[in-house]
Amino acid sequence: MRLPGTGNAADNPQERTPGDDPRQVPRAGNGRAPNVMRIGAWVPMRQYVDDDEVDFVIVGTGAGGGTLAAKLAEHGFTVAALDAGPYWRPLEDFASDEMHQSKLYWTDERIVDGENPLQLGSNNSGKSVGGSTVHFAMVSLRFRPDWFKARSLLGYGADWPLDWREMWDYYGEVEQTLKIAGPVTYPWGPKRSRYPYRAHELSASAKVLARGAEALGIAWTPTPIATLSAPRGDAPPCVYRGFCTLGCSTNAKQSVLNTWLPRALKAGAEIRDLAMVGRIETKHGRATGVHYHREGRWRFQRARNVVVAGYAIETPRLLLMSASSEFPDGLANSSGLVGRYLTVQGNQAVWGVFDEEIRSYKGPPSLAITEHWNYEDRGKDFSGGYCYMSQGPLPTLWGKTQATARGLWGEALVAEMQRYNHVAGLKVVSEYMPQARNRVTLAEETDQYRLPIARVTYSWCDNDRAMNRHALAFMRQALEAAGGREIWDQENDTCHLNGTARMGDDPRTSVVNADCRSWDIPNLWICDGSVFPTVGGVNPSLTIQAIACRTADRIKALAACGDLSGAASASPKRALAWAS
Amino acid sequence: MPEHRIPASDPLKTARENDPRRDLYPGYDVLSKRDGPSWNAMTREVIAERLSIGPETHHFFTDDEWPTLKAICERIVPQPPGRPGWIPVAALVDHKLHAGERDGYRYAGLPEQGEAWRRGLQALDAEAQRAFGAHFHELGDWAQDKLLRAAEAGALTDPAWEDMASDLFFKQRVLPDVVKAYYAHPTAWNEIGWGGPASPRGYVRMDFGRRDPWEAAEAKPGHEEEARRANLRVSRW
Ligand SMILES: Cc1cc2nc3c(=O)[nH]c(=O)nc-3n(C[C@H](O)[C@H](O)[C@H](O)COP(=O)(O)OP(=O)(O)OC[C@H]3O[C@@H](n4cnc5c(N)ncnc54)[C@H](O)[C@@H]3O)c2cc1C
Ligand code: SF4
Repeated sequence: MRLPGTGNAADNPQERTPGDDPRQVPRAGNGRAPNVMRIGAWVPMRQYVDDDEVDFVIVGTGAGGGTLAAKLAEHGFTVAALDAGPYWRPLEDFASDEMHQSKLYWTDERIVDGENPLQLGSNNSGKSVGGSTVHFAMVSLRFRPDWFKARSLLGYGADWPLDWREMWDYYGEVEQTLKIAGPVTYPWGPKRSRYPYRAHELSASAKVLARGAEALGIAWTPTPIATLSAPRGDAPPCVYRGFCTLGCSTNAKQSVLNTWLPRALKAGAEIRDLAMVGRIETKHGRATGVHYHREGRWRFQRARNVVVAGYAIETPRLLLMSASSEFPDGLANSSGLVGRYLTVQGNQAVWGVFDEEIRSYKGPPSLAITEHWNYEDRGKDFSGGYCYMSQGPLPTLWGKTQATARGLWGEALVAEMQRYNHVAGLKVVSEYMPQARNRVTLAEETDQYRLPIARVTYSWCDNDRAMNRHALAFMRQALEAAGGREIWDQENDTCHLNGTARMGDDPRTSVVNADCRSWDIPNLWICDGSVFPTVGGVNPSLTIQAIACRTADRIKALAACGDLSGAASASPKRALAWAS
Repeated sequence: MPEHRIPASDPLKTARENDPRRDLYPGYDVLSKRDGPSWNAMTREVIAERLSIGPETHHFFTDDEWPTLKAICERIVPQPPGRPGWIPVAALVDHKLHAGERDGYRYAGLPEQGEAWRRGLQALDAEAQRAFGAHFHELGDWAQDKLLRAAEAGALTDPAWEDMASDLFFKQRVLPDVVKAYYAHPTAWNEIGWGGPASPRGYVRMDFGRRDPWEAAEAKPGHEEEARRANLRVSRW
């Protein structure tokens, strides 16, 4: 039982603290950062001044950067992690309102073109301390092992320079850290230990998936998902409110904001909110620190190492914006590949009407999943794989989908919308092919910081189209078998951007090596979804976090044998001294 | 294979054909839960702010543009006349533009959102004058729809569009901005029977056909009164 007065969501105070807007005034400072688990509370935070040469300045505190900040600080390095976004207090700042909560997304202007321009904004990435994990749907899946060697074993895309067995261990570490709720036995892939927390109760929309899968004779399972099915510390179990992609206001969601970052702070890292990095400075072939905009002015943070972890659009944008006489094509770009091989995942869906009330707004949207077509290669006319999941769109998203994907407006729209409670759908996460022509470049136009905005160019290839056809046809059968009627296809949706600074074994065909260290600049690292050479057919955040854990361990090992050349070696005492 | 009923006719569909917009959730008012455990302080604050926007409030659009925008909104998301809780759709679109809330991306063929809207409204009005000799907002539903369908098809080419394609404007600006404004309003939530804000309480009953007592009850044909009574009790939970 939750007792009133413990400072969690159940207290539900009548009023908010007036005038406290983290979008206007930074919250981290004066030796403290928000304690995101308790209303109005703080935790102590170590702080650096710009002239301190920190071991690592990390740009971005999302799945990649936030995880790395915690691990590096725990390894004893001095860390300052900067994020352009605000430091939210979920219990106080998050409304149950779609329109209002768009404050979590990266909504600075971007231009999209190509044959299949992408939808960005709410469909894409966050601008918050904690990154996109503050509004992600929490689906936490491991890659199929063969995907790490897609080129050699499966004949498409590129090989990763990582070994799946090593990744399996890091997946385990992240799953424990996030207390993933999942099934006792997972139907696909090599053996894994059981998930830390029990699977969630299925919603009706999840049961629709289960019915369809059983009718077609394929396996399905409750989705391994990063929201609690039992209490954990100050965090309550999920209350099935269904606002996961708009920010969880109870803290049941295990985001980077309320898992890795409290650990990072405890280990002595500084988190600097509302700090937009506009340029990485280099001298004699090495990074020396970052220029960042905070509280109305540009400042410079010195650092022995710079890590870029800004998501697959902002990461190449920053590297390209940092071009100098020494690196005229942008940093880490001797291969010419920075910004290229932008690889998204397909997100097509089928929707249908059911006799029963579904009310798919309840619970996390994707409580059931099948990875059948990730592990079954027979019967495919394309390379790659896909999984599909149950869905739970809220009203404005649903209205927009009916209008833009289906062309409904006028009386037809409002009448169709009245069937909201009877609709269920299946949505794919599918593996599109890496293509050099899909890329992020700089546009002429500038943003509020006077920095060039990103242009994101995207076109499907034939393989992508074949995969769309297969997935839509299969999901249609499944939805029909589950009792869905009047099924329609939502054809033009994508999600999860990756790949604009790919990792590899060869400096000519990749931007970073297996340790996420750039080939060109030895103390410049990239640690986010940008490093994916291929995207696989599952949501990426677990893999991003696993890679960040590995990178931190590799950096520790490199430092121990003097290979960080210039970076301080770990000295745990120094990092922890502030706390006593 | 699991069992499920396949009815001879679709009750929802038949009901819709008789009356395209039934009061499917009679007596349901999501706002009645405002002071209960389903709404937190932040939610109360942002919804109160939205409800304070009047139907004629506009700061971004000029007095010339305003009637055109209102007319478009009425065609994209028509509202039954006289329904309590009128949704000020045009004012909500204006609010978005005035506050500078962006989507985070735009097609290369479109100008920035404010510029796109201004140009699009002017161009639609120019098309109305050219085709019917009257302002867009003076036209009847049929003529307005005809122009909007032509825009949707990319078939409008008055010089006032400049280099903006009418279908891009319609699909990328008009539809999302207008439809999102409508469904961001509690009256629309009542209309579609959404459970509404739910933090911190959340929901308990997750299975097919199960409803928490603080969710909207759907009126099954012939059982409207039962639904009304259930919906009046929603706030007491
Ligand atoms: C609606 C939605 C649902 C999703 N659901 C899932 C899911 O269920 N499962 C899953 O695995 N994935 C999901 N994802 C994707 C997942 O959230 C991302 O893949 C993941 O968070 C990416 O991690 P990242 O480290 O690359 O970037 P992010 O987590 O986005 O972090 C990047 C951070 O860098 C900051 N930043 C960027 N540039 C700068 C700069 N120049 N200066 C300072 N700071 C900067 C940003 O503000 C941001 O906070 C979802 C995404 C969305 C949009
Ligand atoms: S459904 Fe669970 S994880 Fe999602 S917002 Fe609600 S409490 Fe948070």
